[in-house]
Amino acid sequence: MPATETAIPATDILEQRSRRDARHERLFRWLLLGCALIVLASLLGAAGATLWGGRDAFGTFGWRFLVSSEWDPGNEVYGALVPVYGTVITSFIALLIAVPISFGIAVYLSEVAPTWLRTPVASAIELLAGIPSIIYGMWGLFIFAPFFADHIKPWLTSNLGNKPDDGKLSWVAEHVPFVGKLFGSDYPFGASILVAGIVLAIMIIPFISSVMREVFQTVPTRLKESAYALGSSTWEVSWDIVLPYTRSAVIGGIFLGLGRALGETMAVTFVLGNAMHLSASLLDPGASIASTIANQFSEAVGLQKSALMALAFLLFVVTFIVLLIARLMLRRLASKEGR
Amino acid sequence: MLTTNKTPLRFAAVAALAVASTFGAAAHATDITGAGSSFVYPVMSKWSAAYAEKTGNHLNYQSVGSGAGIAQIKEGTIDFGASDAPMKAEDLQKYGLGQFPVVVGGIVPVVNVTGVQAGQLKLDGATLADIFLGKITRWNDPKIAALNAGLALPAVKITVVHRSDGSGTSFNFTNYLSKVSNEWATKVKFGTAVEWPTGVGGKGNEGVSQYVRQIKGSIGYVEYAYAVKNKISWVELKNAAGNVITPNADSFAAAAATADWASAKDFNLIMTNAPGAKAWPITATTWVIMYKSPKNAANSKVAFDFFKSALEQGQQAAVSLDYVPLPASLVSQIEAYWASEFKH
Repeated sequence: MPATETAIPATDILEQRSRRDARHERLFRWLLLGCALIVLASLLGAAGATLWGGRDAFGTFGWRFLVSSEWDPGNEVYGALVPVYGTVITSFIALLIAVPISFGIAVYLSEVAPTWLRTPVASAIELLAGIPSIIYGMWGLFIFAPFFADHIKPWLTSNLGNKPDDGKLSWVAEHVPFVGKLFGSDYPFGASILVAGIVLAIMIIPFISSVMREVFQTVPTRLKESAYALGSSTWEVSWDIVLPYTRSAVIGGIFLGLGRALGETMAVTFVLGNAMHLSASLLDPGASIASTIANQFSEAVGLQKSALMALAFLLFVVTFIVLLIARLMLRRLASKEGR
Repeated sequence: MLTTNKTPLRFAAVAALAVASTFGAAAHATDITGAGSSFVYPVMSKWSAAYAEKTGNHLNYQSVGSGAGIAQIKEGTIDFGASDAPMKAEDLQKYGLGQFPVVVGGIVPVVNVTGVQAGQLKLDGATLADIFLGKITRWNDPKIAALNAGLALPAVKITVVHRSDGSGTSFNFTNYLSKVSNEWATKVKFGTAVEWPTGVGGKGNEGVSQYVRQIKGSIGYVEYAYAVKNKISWVELKNAAGNVITPNADSFAAAAATADWASAKDFNLIMTNAPGAKAWPITATTWVIMYKSPKNAANSKVAFDFFKSALEQGQQAAVSLDYVPLPASLVSQIEAYWASEFKH
């Protein structure tokens, strides 16, 4: 039997093998393309389905759907301004709080903390990322919102707001524009845009900080030690060496967190107050796109259902615009680098 | 020695017989599916457990919300739908559907006002509507004080708490407000979700009761059973006949009995603001919706049998869950409706 194998010339074997390799290569390419197409197809499918479902609402209200703050199922008039505003502003507050804290956590864990502490704390953060959002929502509703209403909100309204309980305007509310409006509130309860933002921040900190920590560890020790050798402080090394080196990955991590904040549903539904009113105050209740859909979808029929579908499509648009801004920011940073 | 050996054997034989009989029953059993209102979910599951024990037929009830229940019965994917709002006569006609009430429950306003215990505060419809419209803003408002002589009311701001999710509870509550206030009827109207003029929204009965408990000076509305279980201060209401009524099973039953069912085609009647002297003004019912000539006749037959036993024998189970049995006169009207309208 071995004799027949040796009978085949060596060049044939080589040719056969290279042909087989080429076939496998092609197959592998198609497979990869298929994987990528699934993502694209589901994205287009979801966007298309929501746009199709929302066609009645878009057709009936046109541009007014985007700029109207009315959401009135009784009279069949729908506008998306309140939920879109609520989604954007709560996510913005969440980022404002979460990004600096996550940066601190990541720098501490990668630069400052003793080695034995790093792994347990890092695993604890990853564990936090796995907590279901309903639990954050329940914590927010039962514990944080009442605490906020009793201890934090009175201080904010009397020291920064334009409607303090004792009627005396504080210096800040009188002299700094907008601040009075931001912190003025007639309502005595906690559930509000600010509370939703804070709860969202707590939810996205694990995401952002674990990505940051991961990428901070990729910075070559050579670079950091050179900086330390030149007399840099830990802050200077973090801000001038580590952060610029990992900038694009850090921004990617931030936008991962932002994506979660924009689409977060249950936790926000519990602590946002679910009031369809446009208010400049961060201490007033509001609504977000995801919470409005979660609240009303099960009982909605006809035009209301279509309006909710249209809202879902707007969530796609908002997310897309946010990602676009992220891309542009990255590009600008990169071009500055060149100079 | 002999006897000890026998016992396991006998046990095994009994077990085998039991298993065989369960399988035997399962072979003949028809499983029916229903979907809709979450308001009736507790009593549906109790009824279905009792019915399965008696007949071996299982009911699979999905508590997905009234709107989804109606959508599913229109598509014909389930044997019956359950809705907290009745379907309009022309819609029933269009899809060949019929509907009938199965259980009655009450909705009560609940408050958190310092110094006010359950049942101490009295309101009438117009005042309640003005509070929910945001026109009455303090608890010591003269309109509230006039209805509550002798009750010390604080000068605390009123915070309205409403349902944030679309619900049958909101449907019946806003329907009542539309009947007692012209301004509500023209501005806000009624439905499972409306544009609330003021206040904060809690998700579900538990969300509303949680906010009411947290916020001093708040007023909300929940299902009666929920208020009783969670010991929230409910409010007495002045009904259409001008009497101040305590919410309880008797006053809900009074509302169901005095509602004019006989002249309501397809039981299309919302019994809020019922005329009876002792009727609780915000009494609600849930309708079951079925095909008049169903595609799956066998399943439909079982469903009718299920509701027949629920209406005739299952009402005690409803009472233990703080629902109110349908009055006997209504049950006989429903059975007459089945006989005349449905093929089964």
